[in-house]
Amino acid sequence: MRLEFISLTWWILFLPLFSAAFITLFTLRSKIVSSLISIGAIVASFILTIIFIHANGFQANVETSINWLTIGGLHVDFGLKLDALSMMLLLIVTGVGGAIHIYSFGYMHEDEGMARFFAELSLFTFSMLGIVLANNFVEMFIFWELVGVSSYLLIGFWFEKPSAGDAAKKAFIVNRLGDFGFLLGILMIWGILGSLNFSNLQNQLTTNPVALGAMATTAGLLIFCGAVGKSAQFPLHVWLPDAMEGPTPVSALIHAATMVAAGVYMLCRILFLLNTDALHVIAYIGGFTALLAALIAVQQNDIKRIIAYSTLSQLGYMVMAVGLAGPTAAMFHLTTHAFFKALLFLSAGSVIIALHHEQDIWKMGALRKKMPVTFWTFLTGALALSGVWPLSGFFSKDGILAQALAQHNYLLFANGVFIAGLTTFYIFRLFFVVFFGKEKSEITLHAHESPVVMTLPLIVLAVFSVIGGVIGIQGIYHGIFAGEAGESASFAAALFEPFTHSPLAASCGILAVIIGFASAFVLYAKAETDPLPEKLGGLATAMKNKFYFDELYETTFVRAHDFIAAVCDWIDRWLVEGFCIGLVRGGTDLTGRALRLVQTGNLQTYAFLFVLGVALLLYFVLK
Amino acid sequence: MQVGLEQYLTVSFLLFSLGLLGVIMRRNLLVIYMSLELMLNAANLALVAFSRFTDNLNGQVLVFFIITVAAAEVSVGLALIVALYRKRQSAHVEDLTSMKL
Repeated sequence: MRLEFISLTWWILFLPLFSAAFITLFTLRSKIVSSLISIGAIVASFILTIIFIHANGFQANVETSINWLTIGGLHVDFGLKLDALSMMLLLIVTGVGGAIHIYSFGYMHEDEGMARFFAELSLFTFSMLGIVLANNFVEMFIFWELVGVSSYLLIGFWFEKPSAGDAAKKAFIVNRLGDFGFLLGILMIWGILGSLNFSNLQNQLTTNPVALGAMATTAGLLIFCGAVGKSAQFPLHVWLPDAMEGPTPVSALIHAATMVAAGVYMLCRILFLLNTDALHVIAYIGGFTALLAALIAVQQNDIKRIIAYSTLSQLGYMVMAVGLAGPTAAMFHLTTHAFFKALLFLSAGSVIIALHHEQDIWKMGALRKKMPVTFWTFLTGALALSGVWPLSGFFSKDGILAQALAQHNYLLFANGVFIAGLTTFYIFRLFFVVFFGKEKSEITLHAHESPVVMTLPLIVLAVFSVIGGVIGIQGIYHGIFAGEAGESASFAAALFEPFTHSPLAASCGILAVIIGFASAFVLYAKAETDPLPEKLGGLATAMKNKFYFDELYETTFVRAHDFIAAVCDWIDRWLVEGFCIGLVRGGTDLTGRALRLVQTGNLQTYAFLFVLGVALLLYFVLK
Repeated sequence: MQVGLEQYLTVSFLLFSLGLLGVIMRRNLLVIYMSLELMLNAANLALVAFSRFTDNLNGQVLVFFIITVAAAEVSVGLALIVALYRKRQSAHVEDLTSMKL
């Protein structure tokens, strides 16, 4: 198929990189110029994406690539894969990312490192676009790691705070753990199938589904390890809440539109590699993560941490959907989640800025009147997250629940419904405490609405959070994964489609939302302090302490790691350094000292030794 | 008694050994220097004897060269010793241990 503007896609990918390089090299001194360059780059990428999609439609499926390296049997291309999946992700990354860039202009304008911040944002965007457009495993892995690096830079942006530095390191190291498995999986697939190109692999596996043989499950799960790290699934979920140490726009960018979505996107991209067993494991890990994170979110008091755990929970949903063989539902939820989660984060950021970086929800309250725009956008985000009809979250969440029913996996279905209730409960707990009730501290008295540059992106995202479910996104994804063109249902039909398609899922979802909302309203609408710890006792403490996962890892893995490190240190210090090196060094030293005695400085001793040598030589020669 | 090559070489060996002994045992640089000359002349004697008894003039030519070079060497060496004495006020080898580390 001939494609128009194919060269545009290279610009889409590389504009943010140019921006990052230009800012770093030339304009670090000027905040305004730097931020405008960065915003300009991503907005240009967004516009180019729209032009490209407008010219070619979503049915295109092409690759353009250049040979990057050939070593023996290993051929690695640097290529762009353009199909509906990557184009949708391009739209999300550049669109939502663009909104976040513009918002950052307002959020960061008082920060000294604003230029550096925008350079890092651009680098991050470039890396993420690379993952989206990659057409082979090695290229994806490279960008995968680049995302790791740039997230490290962004999370540790306020590096003078030790907690931010630690969080950045934690995110990077935990991600590396997952990436190790990912790399092993890539090697395994290359070893067995001899190719790294996605389309090539897909062809091989379509013609011969058992090409991977006995290693199919292992390879699939190793690849999944990468997603476990990036998308913060149990047991590598611990980095994500700590990553809240970064500035709020970073949280929105990493946790809504891009980085964590990369794992789910990758799973959908390589879905053909995963067999039934691997999918089962994936589904249950996703379901468990969703449940765990939702429970933890119920008892957090930091406004950003609640939303972070919510992100974890929703990612669990998406991974569960992938595991239930429902990539359409997963990608659909990823898309709507990108809208409403970015909205929630940015609204929370607006609150945080208004309260001069206060993040404890029990010190907020009654912000409804003081920050009307933020109030309404947050409400929209909360409703969409809960899955209230007809907002976007309802449709995508319903898609996942319906998928669980269709797979007859009633355990995960019940799990999903329960989490839907919990989700509503914790987000409205946050909502009531922050925006209703009395002012719980001094600072809320002086709060005022954020500037237009911050509220405008909020409004745009709010609009998409509302209509995201009915503008045909699901149809596009359906077209990718089911192989049939997405039916263009009428607007009204799309609105009521879930009720006709799977009435049980839809009604259970709505029931869960109602119960969650009602209990949040009863408990928190007028609460001065959190009533839940008294009612739940030990469970609440466990939730508040994140089920002690950090402590568990601290006492097991970190200790074990320290022990191994100590052993290695001992071996290095005493065996290698002390024994091996010491012996050689000591031996040389001793010989040197012994030989030094010969050098007396006495001329006649030298002469004597000289004669002795000559005599010896003569003896041997004349013998 | 017929004086042959053997006797000459014996004298030469004795001279050489005495010179060597002097170089190794004596303390005064000047005496060491004189002992060195003795060793050179022992070698000269051996060369001349060989030349005489093998009817080959090469040895005698070599001896001329050695005498010439030795003369030059003596002048340089004595100059060095004088310079050294002026600097250190001593011509004894025990005092010249700056080669020791």
